[in-house]
Amino acid sequence: MKILVCISHVPDTTSKISFTDNDTKLNTSGVQFIIGPYDEYALSRAIELKEGSGGTVTVLNVGEADTEPTIRKALAIGADDAIRVNAAPKDGYFVAQQIAAVAKDGNYDMILMGRESIDYNGGMVHAIVGELLNLPSVSPVMKLDVEGNKAVMNREIEGGKETVEVEMPFIAGCQEPIAEWKIPNMRGIMSARTKPLNVVDPVGTDDVVSFTSYELPPTKGECKMIDASEPEKLVELLKNEAKVL
Amino acid sequence: MAILVYVEGSEGEIKKSSLEAVSYAAALAKNLNTDVTALVMGSLPADQVELAGKYGASVVLHASDAKLDQAQGEPYASVITAAAEKAGADIVLMAKSSLADSMAGRVAAKLKAGLVTNVVDLPSTDGGFKVKKSIFTGKAFVHAEVKSDKKVLTVSKNAFPASETGGQANVETFEPQLDDSVFRVKVTNTEKASGDILLTEADIVVSGGRGLKGPENWNLVEDLAKALGAATGCSKPVSDLDWRPHHEHVGQTGVKVAPNLYIALGISGAIQHLAGVNSSKVIVVINKDPEAPFFKAADYGIVGDVFDVVPKLTEAVKALR
Repeated sequence: MKILVCISHVPDTTSKISFTDNDTKLNTSGVQFIIGPYDEYALSRAIELKEGSGGTVTVLNVGEADTEPTIRKALAIGADDAIRVNAAPKDGYFVAQQIAAVAKDGNYDMILMGRESIDYNGGMVHAIVGELLNLPSVSPVMKLDVEGNKAVMNREIEGGKETVEVEMPFIAGCQEPIAEWKIPNMRGIMSARTKPLNVVDPVGTDDVVSFTSYELPPTKGECKMIDASEPEKLVELLKNEAKVL
Repeated sequence: MAILVYVEGSEGEIKKSSLEAVSYAAALAKNLNTDVTALVMGSLPADQVELAGKYGASVVLHASDAKLDQAQGEPYASVITAAAEKAGADIVLMAKSSLADSMAGRVAAKLKAGLVTNVVDLPSTDGGFKVKKSIFTGKAFVHAEVKSDKKVLTVSKNAFPASETGGQANVETFEPQLDDSVFRVKVTNTEKASGDILLTEADIVVSGGRGLKGPENWNLVEDLAKALGAATGCSKPVSDLDWRPHHEHVGQTGVKVAPNLYIALGISGAIQHLAGVNSSKVIVVINKDPEAPFFKAADYGIVGDVFDVVPKLTEAVKALR
């Protein structure tokens, strides 16, 4: 089985977000970048599938050279090789077009990625890649098993879940609890240094969306504290002051 | 610039978030001096099919083919694209949802349109088309400029109020060609908690954390939620421990919510949890630890043991209602 896993390079979930250059750039000072958490679930399931029935796992990232430590971590977790499309991701459409360009001749049985990146929360890449490659796409996938030439997946729907079947090849946007995250061991970390990481040039695309400036939400006022012996006071404030009851 | 808005149904009713999207479309149409066409798919009662008219759509296209009763991204994206062509729409809108995530990208790719998801405000259309969207799971916003002729937007829940205009729409049957090739994903089973209020659609959400000490104590959360007519959620550790199902996990890597009122019981407020709830209008935190970081993000707080405070709070809510 040949699996392509697309990973994003995003600030750690604990990062405090701020902006620089007159609110036109993310302030990366002190920010640790990681594999997108949803993407890491996809990667972990891909490694499990490879360990179960053989095959290869290739990771793909659209990013400039500073994303290579993140890609090496994916190799340390167990991917066999990596491709970096040498371009700063402009928006989800741009990223999807780069993924489709890499994947179109790759004969992958499945293309896995997270349901969304945790920076721009676009949640669009799997569907666009599916359309560009004329492949079925399923998201958000919380369970994925292979039975012969088809995949059986559980997809989360609002208030429940669906079981779906689809023939390979297909694309899936993944989320927990599809697999347990894998911690790279020393052997994995050492071997990751020598695994192939191929850098390819981006394909030309139409510039459809650009991000012009950023802003933070307004600062919250002070929390109004209510004595634990007077919960009815809270109800009164929610009704008459906040007007949410 | 004609506008098409997709209106999503769930369990025989149009979703509140979709009515917000229709109101958003109506407000945008007013700014652009154009009309709104709404699209409804699958079997729904007539009054629900017509509902978009009350919120500002002048035409409702109803694609009632039984094949569309099962909502799936690929066929739905085909129908939306066909409807956009029929309506001559340059702008396609829909409410942000799990379904929207699986089809908005396909619609954008079919139309070669720029797509902006999680939109929180009406676009500025003076000198370009700029729209504000939520990023970093509500920790920030970005202004996105859509440069393509056609545009697709998904509107965040509770970002724009649903308001009736008193209008009425002409309902037209819409029968696009449905090629079997778009039904490649076969649904073999559906498990849905019927009767529960959808977490993502709820006006009030009550969530529990590890302070509840175990799943056997969840009646505290459920009783308060029932008294308030609220949906229930939980923190990530709680779903990781299998006390509650994953679809109740609220947070950065779970469900993002934006209710009018969010009540956190026994949740300390890790930054990842806050990211999933910080778009809520009012946040109430009840925790016995006065140093819990959640109090910094809350509007109202009670320092106390949830096992003492919550039953009294539930009784106070019942007394009010």
